[in-house]
Amino acid sequence: MARAFSRADDSLLARWWWTVDRVSLAAFGALMLLGLMLVATASPTVAERISLPPYYFLFRHAVLLGPCAFAVLGLSALGPRWLCRGACLLLVAALAGLVAVLFTGGEVKGAQRWLSLAGQSVQPSEFAKPALIVVTAWAVTRPYGVSLTWGRRAAVGLWAVTVALLLAQPDLGSSVQITAAVAAVAVLAGAPLRLAGFGLAAGAGGLVAAYHALPHVRSRVDRFWDPASGDTYQVDRSLEALSSGGFFGVGPGHGAVKARLPDAHADFMLAVAGEEMGAVLVWAVLALFALILWRGYARLAAGQDMFAVLAGGGLLALLGVQVATHAGSALALIPAKGTTLPFLSYGGSALLSASLTAGAILAFTRIRGQPGLSRGTLTPRGAWP
Amino acid sequence: MHRPSDTLRQAQGRTALLRMGFALMFLILALRAGEVASWPPPPQPHPYEEPQRPRRGNIVDARGALLATDIAGQSLYADPHLIAEPDTTAQALARIFPNAGDMTQKLRQDARFVWLARHISPAQARAVLEIGEPGLVFRAEPERVYPQGPLAAHLIGHTDVDGRGLAGVERAFDGALAAGQDVRLTIDIRLQHALEREIGAAMETFSAKAGAGAILEIATGRVLAGASLPDFDPARAGAASADRRFNRLTLGVYELGSLFKVFSTAAFLEAYPKEGLAARFDTREPLRSGRFVIRDYHPEERILTTAEVFEHSSNIGAALMAERVGTERLKAFYAALGLLEPMPAWPLSEVGRPLVPRPWRDISTLTVSYGHGIAVSPLQLATAAAAVLGDGRLRAPKIVEEIGAPVAARQVLSTATAQTMHTLARLVVTGGTAKEADVLGYAIGGKTGTAEKPGATGGYDSTRIISSFVGVFPAHAPRYLILIMVDEPKGTKASYGYATGGWVAAPAVARLVQSMAHILMIPPIGESGNNV
Repeated sequence: MARAFSRADDSLLARWWWTVDRVSLAAFGALMLLGLMLVATASPTVAERISLPPYYFLFRHAVLLGPCAFAVLGLSALGPRWLCRGACLLLVAALAGLVAVLFTGGEVKGAQRWLSLAGQSVQPSEFAKPALIVVTAWAVTRPYGVSLTWGRRAAVGLWAVTVALLLAQPDLGSSVQITAAVAAVAVLAGAPLRLAGFGLAAGAGGLVAAYHALPHVRSRVDRFWDPASGDTYQVDRSLEALSSGGFFGVGPGHGAVKARLPDAHADFMLAVAGEEMGAVLVWAVLALFALILWRGYARLAAGQDMFAVLAGGGLLALLGVQVATHAGSALALIPAKGTTLPFLSYGGSALLSASLTAGAILAFTRIRGQPGLSRGTLTPRGAWP
Repeated sequence: MHRPSDTLRQAQGRTALLRMGFALMFLILALRAGEVASWPPPPQPHPYEEPQRPRRGNIVDARGALLATDIAGQSLYADPHLIAEPDTTAQALARIFPNAGDMTQKLRQDARFVWLARHISPAQARAVLEIGEPGLVFRAEPERVYPQGPLAAHLIGHTDVDGRGLAGVERAFDGALAAGQDVRLTIDIRLQHALEREIGAAMETFSAKAGAGAILEIATGRVLAGASLPDFDPARAGAASADRRFNRLTLGVYELGSLFKVFSTAAFLEAYPKEGLAARFDTREPLRSGRFVIRDYHPEERILTTAEVFEHSSNIGAALMAERVGTERLKAFYAALGLLEPMPAWPLSEVGRPLVPRPWRDISTLTVSYGHGIAVSPLQLATAAAAVLGDGRLRAPKIVEEIGAPVAARQVLSTATAQTMHTLARLVVTGGTAKEADVLGYAIGGKTGTAEKPGATGGYDSTRIISSFVGVFPAHAPRYLILIMVDEPKGTKASYGYATGGWVAAPAVARLVQSMAHILMIPPIGESGNNV
């Protein structure tokens, strides 16, 4: 493949090939294939329980994988300007969807998250997340030379509106994820670290203290935000699955947790993976995401475009926080929150949104040196050790 | 105020901060995943490991027909940890097992084994499979079935859901059966069916509430059939009422009235062998003894011979005989026949204790001569009658076949007296109270009984009676003894309003003997024993 493009080739395709992070691209591809496998093992049980054809979820997931792969590749070839325009349009659409969902959305387990669009169920919050990050990054970098503050105020305003709409559903998990990712953008954009650290500590400490210290708060919070997590049933089943899987698992298809947890194919996919293929697979999944984050931030450290650094950094943070909340829930490190594991969980909106995020990350982490130079000189000044 | 290049440089620097932060976060997650993976494995499913009970032995009749056996069955239990949606699963189960109680509560237990339904049918198992819930599990369990249904249910008995004997042979021979040994009964299921059919028909014709009966082989004491009606299906004994489960043949005790004249007449013949049949008894006036007055049901109002007293069932005559025998001798004779104590050798645990006069006054001697003031179980009476109307030897009734075991027999009256009793019993059928019992060629002899039941307020209730007949055939050398008892029959138009032993039980015995003749292929014979 590498032979297909000469470094002297100046075509769009050749420029993309030599500038994109091919290791991360391969990691995303591996995650998508792994996801297909996990949906294949976890979803037939769930589908049969709710009286759907056994391969209903698998079929839908597989059909969506093609467009998603195309979206990853296509977005990764776009320049920052186009990504920004696309993100603005997507954010407008997603916010409209979030408003609509409050009035017309179907209620599933006590929360209104789903919108029916052209016969398909769409979850606008999944698309609001990456779009808001890119738009925030654009807003805080935009006003060079005009005014330093209006862009930041606009960014804070957009964040507040989005989080308010999410909390109205209610969707605490997405609110926390989006807030963490916006905070990452703010840190990169130069927010005082003391302020960021203080805010983080105060927010987290307050949440944790209230949650653990007062049983009635804990119970009310649980029931208010997510009625399904009113007891510890789900987390107990998840831990039981992971410990029975041990290091090498009980074997693909032999797991039991998918039969016990109503949403195992989405919110507890890591437990399914750990039970059937052991901690080895859990580590492999975490390693793939860690690889993407590590390489992504390393390449951004050499980024020459402030918008690309902020947007790419924010999207990487969003990806990392999503993985951390899913894995943290499954491993009982944080209160159970129904969030998907990007690429591995079933869920059309989540898969498409994860693909958009991945494509944008690959685009923002491309190294835009002067084409035609040797590989060594592609590295911008002072960036790579 | 930063210049753009400063902010870019700062942003580049801070990516390292995020990189390290996420690296730390993922490290924690990976360590936690390793920790959870190294926990001891959680409790395994299905820890309930009670050893499967071995196959229980069969119960068969004398000819080998299957009366009780184990078949491969299955039971349903739940592993609640595997059940994701207890409420909907419980609803689906409730449609299959409508009477199984609160399934939701069972499915929500924090356990790995909860019985849901024992011994389910294949159709139910299929319906459970169609729910498709992996937490619903089947366990193979032998299931006790009774191919003959309710036939001989009180003798065969039944088991609990775990296959432990609760009644009848199932209980008395639980050890052997649980060890897988078969138990062969003396019952002949064909005779059993004939007996239950005839008692049932008599009960229906005369709107009776219950009945009992037995067929004994006189030479061995083997019980060829033993019935207690109404009956029940032993496979579903738990669902049957206590009244249906009550064993009227061996556990219930009844005042059987004039059937006791068999014993009091034999006692008189034993006490006065020379006078014997030549004795005369004046039955023209009711017999007064203290505040008691003994009357006859159909007074002959003349002086009767011993044979006539028996033939016409005179209470006065029987009392006069008993008076001459005396209290001590009569009591001793009844005791020798085993009528005053519970049957000692009956192997099953359902044995009734006779009700005898306490204290035994002289008036008691007069009343027990015609069966008042003494209550025994029907099988107990049949056993004693088999001795008196048979060869004078008392044999404990047998229900389980003991190949090669000697028959323990005790002479309780002289052979001559027994011979005389055959003749008297035959007279009852040819010219006395049991003409309806006669079957040409089978020389049935016997005695009817019609006893008023004790009333609710003391004394006797003339509207509630027990009608019975005890008979032997062939009368010149009896081989079989038959007892049929019907509880609270009501007279019909065809019986001119009568519901006496002669009207109710005697014809039932006649029809039973006809069936027995066919089943056992007994050729008809002449009155003196020669071929017809």
